[in-house]
Amino acid sequence: MAEPLDDYIDAVSKALALPVEEAFRPAVRANLEVSLRLARLVDEFVLPDETEPAPIFTA
Amino acid sequence: MTAKPEMTAAEIASAVASRRMSALDATEAALARIKQHDGVLNSFTDVTADRARAKARAVDADIAAGKDVGPLAGVPFAVKNLFDVAGLPTRAGSKINRDLAPAKRDATLIERMEAAGAVLVGALNMGEYAYDFTGENIHDGPSRNPHDTTRMTGGSSGGSGSAVGGALVPIALGSDTNGSIRVPSSFCGIFGLKPTYGRLSRARSFPFVASLDHLGPFARSTTDLALAYDAMQGEDADDAACTTTRGLEPTLPLLANPVSDLRIAIAGGHFQKNVFPEAVEAVSRVAKALGATKVVDVPEAARARAAAYVITTTEGASLHLDRLRKRANDFDPAVRDRLIAGAMVPAPMVDRAQKFRRWYRAQLAEIFRSVDVLLAPATPCTAPKLGQVNFNLDGVELPVRANIGIHTQPISFIGLPVVAVPVPLEPLPIGVQIIAAPWREDIALRVAYALEKMGVAAAPAPRGI
Repeated sequence: MAEPLDDYIDAVSKALALPVEEAFRPAVRANLEVSLRLARLVDEFVLPDETEPAPIFTA
Repeated sequence: MTAKPEMTAAEIASAVASRRMSALDATEAALARIKQHDGVLNSFTDVTADRARAKARAVDADIAAGKDVGPLAGVPFAVKNLFDVAGLPTRAGSKINRDLAPAKRDATLIERMEAAGAVLVGALNMGEYAYDFTGENIHDGPSRNPHDTTRMTGGSSGGSGSAVGGALVPIALGSDTNGSIRVPSSFCGIFGLKPTYGRLSRARSFPFVASLDHLGPFARSTTDLALAYDAMQGEDADDAACTTTRGLEPTLPLLANPVSDLRIAIAGGHFQKNVFPEAVEAVSRVAKALGATKVVDVPEAARARAAAYVITTTEGASLHLDRLRKRANDFDPAVRDRLIAGAMVPAPMVDRAQKFRRWYRAQLAEIFRSVDVLLAPATPCTAPKLGQVNFNLDGVELPVRANIGIHTQPISFIGLPVVAVPVPLEPLPIGVQIIAAPWREDIALRVAYALEKMGVAAAPAPRGI
């Protein structure tokens, strides 16, 4: 049975021309679950619209 | 005078400058010790013996001619193999980069160390492409902990930790994107400095995450750390992030200044969670010695760690995208699969992580209005066994790799300067982070020096070799 992220992995793999061999897929899926879980933790933190990104950090 | 492994860089430089020992003798002693112990430690991937002897002879000739040879005269040092070393391909822990042409010029920091009289003796093992906290390299084998060779050095600057912890060289250089200087310092029981983001040039080193990459030194004493750090400061047009406004800010003359006037607090919240008793004990010893009792909550540190993770995995994926397309099977699978996943994180989530970074920086800036130093664990535990996958904390099984850096990531995320000091617990040492406000490396080093003088921080003699 296909895992929930498999369709997404296939679509992004095509869009980025980044092949994902079948042998890689379980670990890629597991890592993507972790990355998205942590990204959602950041995503749910409400920031003002005016907040600027800090692509190059200057302390 | 014969060079001994326990000699600090300061002692070697003093002996060489005063002609009690030659730079060549100091270099030969380091090369002999590498030959004797590196078969076990596996810290070096390249030993540049011919180059080192030539440099040492040049230092000795300059001394004989009465020339000023600099504060690191004859001091052997080595660098993580993501630094360009002229004549070597910059492998950055990978198989793929071994196909690169040899570097034509040394990294800026090597040039500055050698301009101060130091002698490069080789390049050091590391986790592949610096995406690692263990020091285990699938291509070169793991670097091994000098206090127990069945244990990890920590990573990704694993060879740097092993070489200095094993007293093969008094100083090594490494990089720290999320903790890769502070973690091996902790596991190998040595001092490590991750300076403020932008302080030291990264020119001609192999990158990982441009907005998080720092370079810095490892040593067995605070004085040696300051000697190396001071020698490497200065602007550099070859690194776009390197400061052009700070100028040289030497720390060595300030090391022995009292710390009684400093406002020192213990980092609370996230930094007191997910820690083993030894990390609690180490922070407690340091805090007690410094008279620090105040606990300051660092807001949203766990979210900062999450944001650092997101930026790391996506910027890292972007850096390696072509290699992932063409040579996926030449990567360490653990690194490859994290990077491929990183390439698939939606862009708005990365943008939000960068915006959160600015918010979080403002929170820390506010804390540093009333505090000069924050204390936090460098790692949640002492060195795990090589290959260890999980550890059990309060009855909960947690993955080792994902949790080693949980206390370092929220600090490097906003570029704060940190000295990791070793607390020599039994049976294994563990590090504590001395965290200062941006550009105040001098304060973190002063506190580290005071702890060393009080006997609370010390690099234990290697017992595993």
